[in-house]
Order: sequence, then C-alpha cells, then structure tokens
Amino acid sequence: MKYMLLIHQGDAPTPRTPDEWARLSKDEQKAVFADYQAINQTAGVSPGLQLESPETATTVRVEDGKTLTTDGPFVAVKEALAGYLFFEADDLDAAIELAARIPAARLGGAIEVRPIVE
Amino acid sequence: MRASLEQVFRDEWGRVLASLIGFLGDFELAEEAAQEAFAIAAARWPREGTPANPRAWLVTTGRNRAIDRIRRDRMRAEKTRQLDVPETVENHVNETTIPDERLELIFTCCHPALELDAQVALTLRTLGGLETEEIARAFLVPEATMAKRLVRARRKIKVAGVPFRVPPAHLLPDRLAAVLAVVYLIFNEGYGGRGDLAAEAIRLGRALVELMPDEPEVHALLALMLVNDARRDARFADGTVVLLRDQDRSLWDLGQIAEGRSALDRALALGGRGLYVLQAAIASLHADEPQDWPQLAALYGELARRTGSPVVELNQAVAIAEAGDVEAALALVDRLDLDNYHYLHATRAELLRRLDRVEEASAAYERALQLVHAEAERRFLERRLAELRG
Repeated sequence: MKYMLLIHQGDAPTPRTPDEWARLSKDEQKAVFADYQAINQTAGVSPGLQLESPETATTVRVEDGKTLTTDGPFVAVKEALAGYLFFEADDLDAAIELAARIPAARLGGAIEVRPIVE
Repeated sequence: MRASLEQVFRDEWGRVLASLIGFLGDFELAEEAAQEAFAIAAARWPREGTPANPRAWLVTTGRNRAIDRIRRDRMRAEKTRQLDVPETVENHVNETTIPDERLELIFTCCHPALELDAQVALTLRTLGGLETEEIARAFLVPEATMAKRLVRARRKIKVAGVPFRVPPAHLLPDRLAAVLAVVYLIFNEGYGGRGDLAAEAIRLGRALVELMPDEPEVHALLALMLVNDARRDARFADGTVVLLRDQDRSLWDLGQIAEGRSALDRALALGGRGLYVLQAAIASLHADEPQDWPQLAALYGELARRTGSPVVELNQAVAIAEAGDVEAALALVDRLDLDNYHYLHATRAELLRRLDRVEEASAAYERALQLVHAEAERRFLERRLAELRG
C-alpha cells in the first residue's frame, strides 16, 4: 500500500512562528528536528518537498471563464497543508504509527493519512 | 428441519465469512461468495441431506464461487482491454482444519479508523450474521442509510488498507478495548428494550471468550452482560420501571447469573482488575440478597475514580445511602455536575424524601419529570410524586 501523509500544522509551533516556538524547551525543539529527520530516514518514506508558509499561498478559482484569485490558502491558515510525505507500508496500522511519530501530531496539529490509487 | 438449518446458518455465518475474507482478502467479494454458498445450501441440503462437515462445505463452495467470479471478471477484462490481471491462486480447502479467523475479523470490524457506528454495524453484519434490514431496524435508521454505512466501511477497509489480523502486542490493549466497547454498546442497545440485540451481544461475548481465553476483561464483559441480562424480565412491570429492590426475583434467570459469576471468577483468577471486572463485580453484588451496600459503595467509588464519570458517582451516592448514610449521599449528589440528567433529580428526590424534606423532594421529582423521556420512567416518577403528596 502507498499512502500520502498530509501534515496540518494547526497550533503546533514551528521556527517560522518564533514566539510560539520559544515556548518549547531546548530539548523539545531538538526532539522536533530529530523526529522529522528520523521519519525521513524511515524505510518506505519518500520525504515531500518543503513548502513555504500557508500565508504565502494564492488560491485560484475560475468563474464564468474569469480567473479569480484570493490571498491565502483554500482553508483557514490553521487548517492549511504544512507539509507532506509519501509512505509505502504493509497496511494502515503502519501508516498510523508513522503519522503518530510526526511532531505536529502531538503539538496541536494533525496528520491526514490518504491511500494512493495504485 | 427449516429451523435447524437456520440455526446452522446463524452459527456458521461468522466463521465461514471470516475464512473467506482471509482467503480472498476482500470483504465485499467474500460476503457475496458466502451469501451464494448459503443460498445453495438452503436449496440443496433439505433435498440431499446436510453434509458431514457443513462448515467445510460452505467454505469450499464459497471459495469456488468466488474463484469463478474472479475468472469471469478476468475473461471480460481480457476481451475488452487485454489487461494484465494476476493469476488466481486456487487453494484446496483442507476439510478438517479450517482456521478460525473470526478474531481477525472482529479486530478489523472494530478498527479505530472506522466510525463507531460503522464498527457496530459491520460487527453485527459480519460476525452476527444479521441482515442489513435488521440492523437498520435495531438502530432506528432507514435501511438505505444502514446499507450505505456498510458499503462505505467495507470500501474503506479495502482501499485504505485496514489489516485483517489480530493486532501485535503493542497495539493489542487499545484495540481490544475498542472491540469490547463495540460489543458492550450492542448489549446496551438491547438492554434498553431490543432484546435480540442483547442476546446477540452475549453471543459475541461468548465467541470472544472462546477466542481469547487468557484475557480477563473478555471474561469480565461476558460476566457483566450475563448478570445484567438475567434480570431483564424483572426490570419492567406493566410498562413501568421496577427498582432493583422491588423486583420479583422469581423472574431472574438464576442459571445465567451463576454462569456470569463463574465468568467473573475466571477473570479474577486471571488477575483481571480492569473496568469490566469492576462493573461485573458490581452487577454480581447487586444480584445478592441482602446486598452488601458498603462493598458496593467502595466499588462504585473505585470505578468513579478510574473513569471520572459523575454518573458512576451518582450510583456511588445511592449505595452510600443504602448503606445507611443518607446525609453523606445527599452531599455527594449535590456536588455533581449533572443538572440535565433526570436520574440526578430522581435520586435527590428520593434522598430528600428519606430525610423528611418533603417540599424539596417534591420540587426535585418535578425537575426530574421535566427531563425524563422514556414513558416507563415517567410513570414511575409520577407515582413517587403522588405518594409523596398523598
């Protein structure tokens, strides 16, 4: 089975939000980096490309042939996609276990596990 | 003959289906194959006699049907698109040793990636062998809604890769808790009136005990269901709820209570100290005469501490009152944040009545009556209020 894991940042602090990030202890900050690194090195994982922050997104619609753009992501900034990765695994349990190791999941964000059509 | 055939079908459905899912790796295909096999059996067995090993016959027939279907689909696919379809592996069923894969099946049906409603429906459909229409009726939803729920759940299992297996040790405690929760939910749906569901939950409970004989909580859940269910006939009289202490004990199924207690003993012997053990111990003590209220108050207190449930604390208060300390019971009740729960007010009313605080007791009964929905309980409260004023 192949899965895409979509990382939603939610309230989880990142270095991009220095005030919130500073609320994590030095050890917690180190653990976040170490965990992401370990996940990217897990067998079966293909890391996603790094995305700029959701605030830099532009959302595009076409109505009556006219292209309309809005500033920001399709959903609220907090619900926006923050990152993604691909995972080849035996079953959903393995994908859920990997998702649970992603720091955003425990810091106020959430991971969506989506099977990929094969 | 007809009845006995239906009984065989009922008993074998779960095992046959589990075996077909294990073989085919596809819920939908397996269910269609099982249905075909049972339909052929229904037509043939009354004429030709029941085969020596009905289960092996059903599994073999189901497998052959499924393989035929896969072949037909493959031929159709080859004709139209020349697609590369994998070879079907044809296994011969060993007539004597069909592995029992019901445990794999129930863990799959109760996987936390499925919605709780879907877990319940799927468990009743696959292990219980209930028809979609029966499940819909039991949960008071239209049949089409229930059918959609089942289709969506089966599709998610297949497409999202929910594994068909007993979870490994590090996942087992959580997953077992989910399975037991589903079975207990089915039981409570039945306990509220729909008796066939309670019987179905007990059947599932017995199967789980057979499949996981070393898990204390599994024995404890069966014990809890057996003891509570044994008192079912005494819980209502003329459409009114009958309090435990006013129940006609001759209506209790004593054999079933004894069976429940031996299941509880087994759980305790296995070192069980979990939530179902506590609840089963409470149910068992309630079946004693006279009831050991101090002991019940202690067990409710322990259960409240572990679950943080104010409803359990309300029960603890009742036990404290019955043990003799009505003032302490009332003090506990007044601390609880359950203002919209009619049992809270009914209990307060009863405690106030015992303390001869008649005005306050009347007001509490009236508040309870504003909140109650079930007709049988409304009648009970109205009678109490009338007695108080009379």
